[in-house]
Amino acid sequence: MNFLYHLGRYAIFVKDVFRRPEKHRIFFSQIGKEMEALGLSSVGIVVIISFFMGAVITLQLAYNLEIPIIPKYTLGVGARDTMLLEFSSTMVSLILAGKVGSHIASQIGTMRVTEQIDVLDVMGINSANFLVLPKVVGMILMMPILVIISMGVGIIGGWLAGVVAGEVTSADFVYGLQYAFVPFYILYSLIKSVVFAFLITTIAGYWGYYTNGGSLEVGQSSTKAVVVSSIQILLFNLVLTQLMLA
Amino acid sequence: MIEAININKSFDNKIVLKDINASFKTGCTNLIIGQSGSGKTVLLKSLVGLHKPDSGSVMYDSRNFTAMSSDQKGEIRKEIGMLFQGSALFDSMNVEENVRFPLDMFTNKSLEERRERANFCLKRVNLENVNNLLPSEISGGMQKRVAIARAIALNPRYLFCDEPNSGLDPKTAIVIDELIQEITREYDMTTIINTHDMNSVLAIGENIIFIYNGAKYWEGSNEDIMHSDNKELNDFIFASKFFKKIRDRL
Ligand SMILES: Nc1ncnc2c1ncn2[C@@H]1O[C@H](COP(=O)(O)OP(=O)(O)O)[C@@H](O)[C@H]1O
Ligand SMILES: [Mg+2]
Repeated sequence: MNFLYHLGRYAIFVKDVFRRPEKHRIFFSQIGKEMEALGLSSVGIVVIISFFMGAVITLQLAYNLEIPIIPKYTLGVGARDTMLLEFSSTMVSLILAGKVGSHIASQIGTMRVTEQIDVLDVMGINSANFLVLPKVVGMILMMPILVIISMGVGIIGGWLAGVVAGEVTSADFVYGLQYAFVPFYILYSLIKSVVFAFLITTIAGYWGYYTNGGSLEVGQSSTKAVVVSSIQILLFNLVLTQLMLA
Repeated sequence: MIEAININKSFDNKIVLKDINASFKTGCTNLIIGQSGSGKTVLLKSLVGLHKPDSGSVMYDSRNFTAMSSDQKGEIRKEIGMLFQGSALFDSMNVEENVRFPLDMFTNKSLEERRERANFCLKRVNLENVNNLLPSEISGGMQKRVAIARAIALNPRYLFCDEPNSGLDPKTAIVIDELIQEITREYDMTTIINTHDMNSVLAIGENIIFIYNGAKYWEGSNEDIMHSDNKELNDFIFASKFFKKIRDRL
């Protein structure tokens, strides 16, 4: 019953993380640092991946929909909905689970095995709260921004690819972007991304915090963090989609 | 004075500490000695509450630490400084920030005052002009000194050191040992030091307890230690030919 053991310990861990921070001034400055370390530093990879995925999705649609009666603006609709509904929230979160999740788990895991966490505990500082809460809050604040960037860049990528490849005119694509637009999709994506940000940071924090051993185990924790948070993202994606779109 | 009363501790059926009774005196360097894996670190961490003993209690100047609520423990924790085996400096902070950290967290002093105190502590351990270096940029001996400066930043009454000179060359090791002893006397602290280094035992072993397989086998001072007839202790002390020769001369 390994699963139940981890679930229980994770629940207690999250409860500790969400205690009131001791020094507010330090807490807020930590949040700023984490927004930079976790969020700002991820803008590059989000931009690159979103641009290429937007482009590829549009071209795939174009090549698979070469039926004359289907209007060309469908490419705009397709690119938009794919980015808004799934790619910019779920796929970007999966990628960040790799980047941010492994970063957090190895950082906290290293602090555990080098007794830096003991230093905090012996002073009577709630180490789970002190180390992990700024990461959770920082990532929750940054994630919607990353998602919006991804949506914008992905659509630009789709537009550029479609137009350059001669599959669609700029006007048609832009018309498609506006066609049957459901603004709620953006909100839906943002809500999902906030949940995913919570999952990535708390799960990675959990595996790092409970690392036992040396540098080998730090590597294992980091792998666990990525695998488990990826699976949870997919699971919660299913649940949230059912809840919000059904 | 810190007292350990009937401390027992095991991890998943593996008994690590067996009924440890010991008292550690104020104003002198108390040593816990024993070979690697004998339970020194677990004992030290049980004394400061990083491990919860399965049974037994720890008294800080007659205050029962084990029975306290976590708020009450917090008060005692502010009187504790601890030096960990690998120094355990925060690697994302520079030297000054490391030493200032306890002050940042637990005092409402101005930045100016906190820096002043940090610099005072750094000076006390003979470190100057390294404030802006990261832990990775200084030597192991310097890291230990920064860790000592951080441990004494809040003027602790109790100082715990887990193998303070492991990984250091013999000369630096002695410097660190003597520094800890000086500070202990200067501020009248109760200091407990884990070590398996015979040089430390002879140099600063004012009050020694010897742990073997998780149980206390002997206690005394460095004056008595060479003349004990405890077999396990003798096997530990005279493990090297060098010390065997010394004993034969005595
Ligand atoms: N967290 C832990 N979980 C399980 N066993 C542990 C743990 N910490 C220490 N031990 C075991 O307790 C014994 C004593 O360890 P330790 O106190 O670190 O020895 P020392 O510091 O004297 O070298 C060792 O056998 C070690 O494997
Ligand atoms: Mg040890």
